[in-house]
Amino acid sequence: MLTSRRLIIAHFWLAFGLFGLALLLGAWQMLMRSPLSGWIENPEWYYRSLTAHGTVMAYVFPTLIAMGFGYAISESALEQPLIGRRWAWAGFWLVAVGSVTAVVPVALGRASVLYTFYPPLIGNGFYYVGIVLAVVGSWIWVALMSINLRIWKRANPGKPVPLAMFANVAGSYLWAWTAVGAALELLLQIIPVAFGLVSTIDAGLARIFFSWTLHAIVYFWLFPTYIAYYTIVPRAIGGRVYSDAMSRIAFVLFLVVAMPIGIHHAFMDPEVGAGFKFVHSVFTALVALPTLLTVFTICASVEIAARLRGGRGLFGWVTALPWRNPIMLALAFSFVMLGFGGAGGLINMSYQLDTSIHNTQWITGHFHLIFGGAIVIMYFAIAYDLWPHLTGRPLASLGLMRLQLWLWFVGMIVTTFPWHWVGILGMPRRMAFFDYGDPALAPLAFSVVLSVLGGFILVLSGLLFLVVLLRGHRTAPAEAGPYRFAEALHPPVSVPAVLNGYGLWVGLMIALTVSNYGYPILQLAVRSDTAVQAVYVGGSR
Amino acid sequence: MKRDGWTSASIGATAIVFVVSAVVGFILLPLAQPHLGLTGLWDAICSAAGVVSRPSPAVEAPQKGTTVVMTPNMLASADAQSIGRGATLAHQCAICHGPAGISRADSPTLSGQFAPAIYKQLKDFKTGARVNAVMSPFVVNLSEQDMVDISVYYAYLPRLPSPWRTQDRPAPKIVASGAPLRGIAPCGSCHGDLDHKVGSPWLGGQSAGYFRGQLRNFASADRHNDINEQMRTIARRMTPEEIDEAALYYSGEAGPIQPLPR
Ligand code: HEC
Ligand code: HEC
Ligand SMILES: [Cu+2]
Repeated sequence: MLTSRRLIIAHFWLAFGLFGLALLLGAWQMLMRSPLSGWIENPEWYYRSLTAHGTVMAYVFPTLIAMGFGYAISESALEQPLIGRRWAWAGFWLVAVGSVTAVVPVALGRASVLYTFYPPLIGNGFYYVGIVLAVVGSWIWVALMSINLRIWKRANPGKPVPLAMFANVAGSYLWAWTAVGAALELLLQIIPVAFGLVSTIDAGLARIFFSWTLHAIVYFWLFPTYIAYYTIVPRAIGGRVYSDAMSRIAFVLFLVVAMPIGIHHAFMDPEVGAGFKFVHSVFTALVALPTLLTVFTICASVEIAARLRGGRGLFGWVTALPWRNPIMLALAFSFVMLGFGGAGGLINMSYQLDTSIHNTQWITGHFHLIFGGAIVIMYFAIAYDLWPHLTGRPLASLGLMRLQLWLWFVGMIVTTFPWHWVGILGMPRRMAFFDYGDPALAPLAFSVVLSVLGGFILVLSGLLFLVVLLRGHRTAPAEAGPYRFAEALHPPVSVPAVLNGYGLWVGLMIALTVSNYGYPILQLAVRSDTAVQAVYVGGSR
Repeated sequence: MKRDGWTSASIGATAIVFVVSAVVGFILLPLAQPHLGLTGLWDAICSAAGVVSRPSPAVEAPQKGTTVVMTPNMLASADAQSIGRGATLAHQCAICHGPAGISRADSPTLSGQFAPAIYKQLKDFKTGARVNAVMSPFVVNLSEQDMVDISVYYAYLPRLPSPWRTQDRPAPKIVASGAPLRGIAPCGSCHGDLDHKVGSPWLGGQSAGYFRGQLRNFASADRHNDINEQMRTIARRMTPEEIDEAALYYSGEAGPIQPLPR
């Protein structure tokens, strides 16, 4: 029962449109810094492009997907029209206007500070204001999800919240809390400096605030993907969710363990004590819990589908899966990339091993594999799955969709594997050019060229994706029926109260944030000798 | 399981993970590292928490640094009156800096310089953060307003082009690309050709002798008024040849530069 179709389509199209542009920038960046192109004459262009690419891909694109998909879930899983649709539009426009406000100074070269902000570099104030606006827009979505759930619960006392909505709201709470770190950094530290009210900034404190956001934001990006794993895939391939309770546990575990681990991004930062780094490292290891739980549950759910289709044998059932179904294909690709990315993550999360790859291309490879690969490929799947219900027209060509997914998978592997490799060799990230003629760097050249090829494959795939969606607006109308989510093998009759609400988990999330971040933040906030002069970029020329 | 079971189990498990990892991270691991020279339990905890209990004796900066605060929009707009006053005041400076701010000797050219950059240097001369026997005496009697007026006046005059864009001569590598392996960004990424970081002066048309002298002074820290050691860090890592190339390039002179005593 999707009644807010225009709202949802607006979110998806803005997201994918910006994604397409940012994808082109990404490919251009790879080309410029590779041996295939001469040294870029003006590295400022590189950083300008990198800032735009990161800002769109990390903040705007996934947030819009989570919002649009969230509204779709709320309406179809709860079977009630979205309450507060006007507010939802207001949120959408805030994100849209915020994005434009942020990207204009970047395009003008006034804010080439990269999406991680990098104080004491300070760009034009409107860049940061734009990001704040976009975040505020997304917080409207958080509030709406919570309100819609509450109203449903009141009308359905004691009933288990449908899994898709349960996960959706969990994701929104995670986002609400994790965005606070960057919001504090922007509002208390950066924006006053950017508008010239203060001229010094505690860069170390700013980095800690940012790490508060930076890890858990990944799980916010991941939530739509996991929701698709649990509630779209089994239905699309004719299976069942293996366990409803286990699925809920996985989602609430993300709430608990996503937050108190961000300082693993600051292992090399001298301003944080080693004890806290160790504790964050341990909690990072716990992230394996919900991830492995998910891998198990999804594999079991897929096996159910295969056996229902007549698959047999210990592993023979794999061949019985509907491999020509794009959703099945996307899931398989996503899992492979998640596996490799997760394995690489074990290195990053280890306080000691991290030293060997810190700030190298390895990191770029890692998060492109996880986010650009495992996560985004499921965004494609979500769009493919939802599109007919939004447009009232079927998507015509399964073959094109499969080709697109294949290209994305191959492109992402070809892009990121060489990046991991040159990272091990010590190639730093975020550099505009490299002197491949230098004997120390010459061995990198081949791998870098390879990764550029991967980048072009990704562009091709991205374009194909947009073509599929566009063509989806032109086929002959055919009612797709109500949008449904996968059923559990044993549909829940009643669920323990803690797995039907969030109180305990949000409580633990906040408590762990305080225990793991409180002292490092307070210590720097109280000390008076930790600020340095800001360095303003993009001044008048 | 009842509700209470879930709640206490979850809180308990979380607390156990936290306590165990804290004991290992704040007590066992620090104590296992004799080189830390820890005196006991409390010392270990404090050190792992990052408490600065025994601040190392503050490394006194060997020389006086700058006290000027640079903000993004400082001196961004100037009224005609201020510029006019500046023009009058600048008469005192013309013997060395040229009647139109373009120096014919090895004093720096000021014409078209960014106003904040001039202002900062004048303040630094005044506080003694930058010292030069010839120049320093001339700021002693300048008031705050005088310095603002002079700065906006020189900024108002036409700027000499940076050879970066106007000459056929290719920019030397150190200028065009910096030296990535040594962490040197292209000069233009701060000095205004590519991007401008407030406080970095325009370099185009600067006399080669002055230019080279400044870089050497930065490298030896005889000049030490740059904020966060931005320019000292770079100059230290430049070779003498690169310094000469950059100086010749920005001055637009054909070179070689008059030899200075090394
Ligand atoms: C007797 C010669 C002389 C006079 C008169 C003089 N200056 Fe200078 N000025 C110099 C020299 C030489 C330097 C370079 C100092 C150094 O090498 O550190 C200099 C440096 C400067 C600088 C720093 C430029 C840069 O790019 O870093 C500024 C600004 C400046 N003078 C402004 C003035 C002003 C304003 C006046 C008049 C009130 C003035 N000067 C008068 C000789 C003079
Ligand atoms: C990170 C930014 C940055 C980069 C990159 C940079 N500079 Fe600078 N440079 C500065 C700043 C800031 C100052 C002014 C320092 C002060 O406040 O006195 C300066 C001052 C100078 C001066 C003295 C100018 C004068 O008028 O007194 C020279 C010469 C200079 N730089 C040359 C270079 C060259 C050559 C390169 C490239 C190899 C370069 N700079 C790269 C930031 C930079
Ligand atoms: Cu992380």
